[in-house]
Amino acid sequence: MSNNIAVLFSIMITASLVNNVVLSQFLGLCPFLGVSKKISSAAGMGCACIFVITTASAVCGLIYKFILTPLDLTYLQTIVFILVIAMLVQFVEMFLKKYVHSLYRVLGVYLPLITTNCAVLGVALLNVQNEYSIVEGIVSGLATSVGFTIAIVILAGLREKMEFNDVPESFKGMPMVLLTAGLMAIAFVGFSGLR
Amino acid sequence: MNGEIKRGALGLRADSPVERFLNGLIAENPTLVLMLGMCPTLAVTTSATNGLTMGLATTVVLAMSNLMISLLRRVIPDTVRIPSFIVIIATFVTLVQLTLQAYLPSLNEALGVYIPLIVVNCIIFGRAEAYASKHGVIPAFFDGLGMGLGFTIAITVIGFFREFIGAGTVFGIQILGEQTIVPGPVGAVLGMYEPISIFIMQSGAFFVLAFLIASMNRIKRNQARKGRDVSKFRDTSDTDTLVKEADGTKEVQTAGGEA
Repeated sequence: MSNNIAVLFSIMITASLVNNVVLSQFLGLCPFLGVSKKISSAAGMGCACIFVITTASAVCGLIYKFILTPLDLTYLQTIVFILVIAMLVQFVEMFLKKYVHSLYRVLGVYLPLITTNCAVLGVALLNVQNEYSIVEGIVSGLATSVGFTIAIVILAGLREKMEFNDVPESFKGMPMVLLTAGLMAIAFVGFSGLR
Repeated sequence: MNGEIKRGALGLRADSPVERFLNGLIAENPTLVLMLGMCPTLAVTTSATNGLTMGLATTVVLAMSNLMISLLRRVIPDTVRIPSFIVIIATFVTLVQLTLQAYLPSLNEALGVYIPLIVVNCIIFGRAEAYASKHGVIPAFFDGLGMGLGFTIAITVIGFFREFIGAGTVFGIQILGEQTIVPGPVGAVLGMYEPISIFIMQSGAFFVLAFLIASMNRIKRNQARKGRDVSKFRDTSDTDTLVKEADGTKEVQTAGGEA
């Protein structure tokens, strides 16, 4: 049992910090660069991602284990996963709208954007590739999305500060954001010592 | 309209195969002008070879899915078009993935999870939605081909810079650094180069792309100063608009230039 917990903990640290989803695997860059203008919207996007990625990795893990593997259809994983994720996002949105309206008001605008977030599909595929069990898959999904939230909130904080800086004309906007993200990626390399 | 021929990119006749091809290659280059599909652009460009393979794989998927969606454009009901597009795109991605697994296993290994992730590359979905679902089969196919090759060239260039600065090689051939294949005094000079390995690490991807976009911005500003029309640079995709709406701000991204 304690051994199990140790494995889960190591998955957690690896997925959230060492192999940070945006800064070292480059998944989910569109929202990372697009929704990081203000800390509040970055945090909202992060929370929506935690919610969807964790649920999606659970559902995709179950489908892979109990439907695709027994029927020998694993080569269909890409098609099945993307459809499941699209449906799931749609379903989560409807569910929140009807039953948890307060949460819907906070996360609502970000949910449709998440379907195009390649981190969701990426995590589902990586879980299969690493042969994680269902529980390990859920933990890795949770940790990955927490890592995403950490990175996007830090970037938003830096961008808010940079608003007032004097940046060379050609570097204004996207190039400056990319340079900042590059420096963050160097900083995150430091976490590889944790492994 | 008024008996005039509608003009598209670069002053060619709109929707002719050549116009579509050059539009994707130059005027609306998906990576450098529209800023779409950033994930593979940064992730697989550790070498020019990886960039080239990824680009070609995406091109195949893009051209074939554009062709198929254009063929089915009168059959697919408007309300379920998005799931239908996803299924068509995912089918071609699976075909490409299985082909790579069978014939180029080492490259498949290097590109890893990014091959199945072509499904969520917004270039493909964007072209299906914006072009293929509204136009005939032949222009749609050439649109896909041009866009795909534009993407291929852009990511091969990024891969080339990262590989050359970071490892001193070009398509895997050692040019700079101690093991240089260049003989004589030139080789001796080239041999003194110490590869800056940060460029093949993750952060290098961000830096190279930042400098490429900054150079694009500079070219754009110079053109604008000379009074040329730069409106075609201002094209942004649907995803960009969505993201901006979610952000709650109406600012124009640098990719779109100063309004």
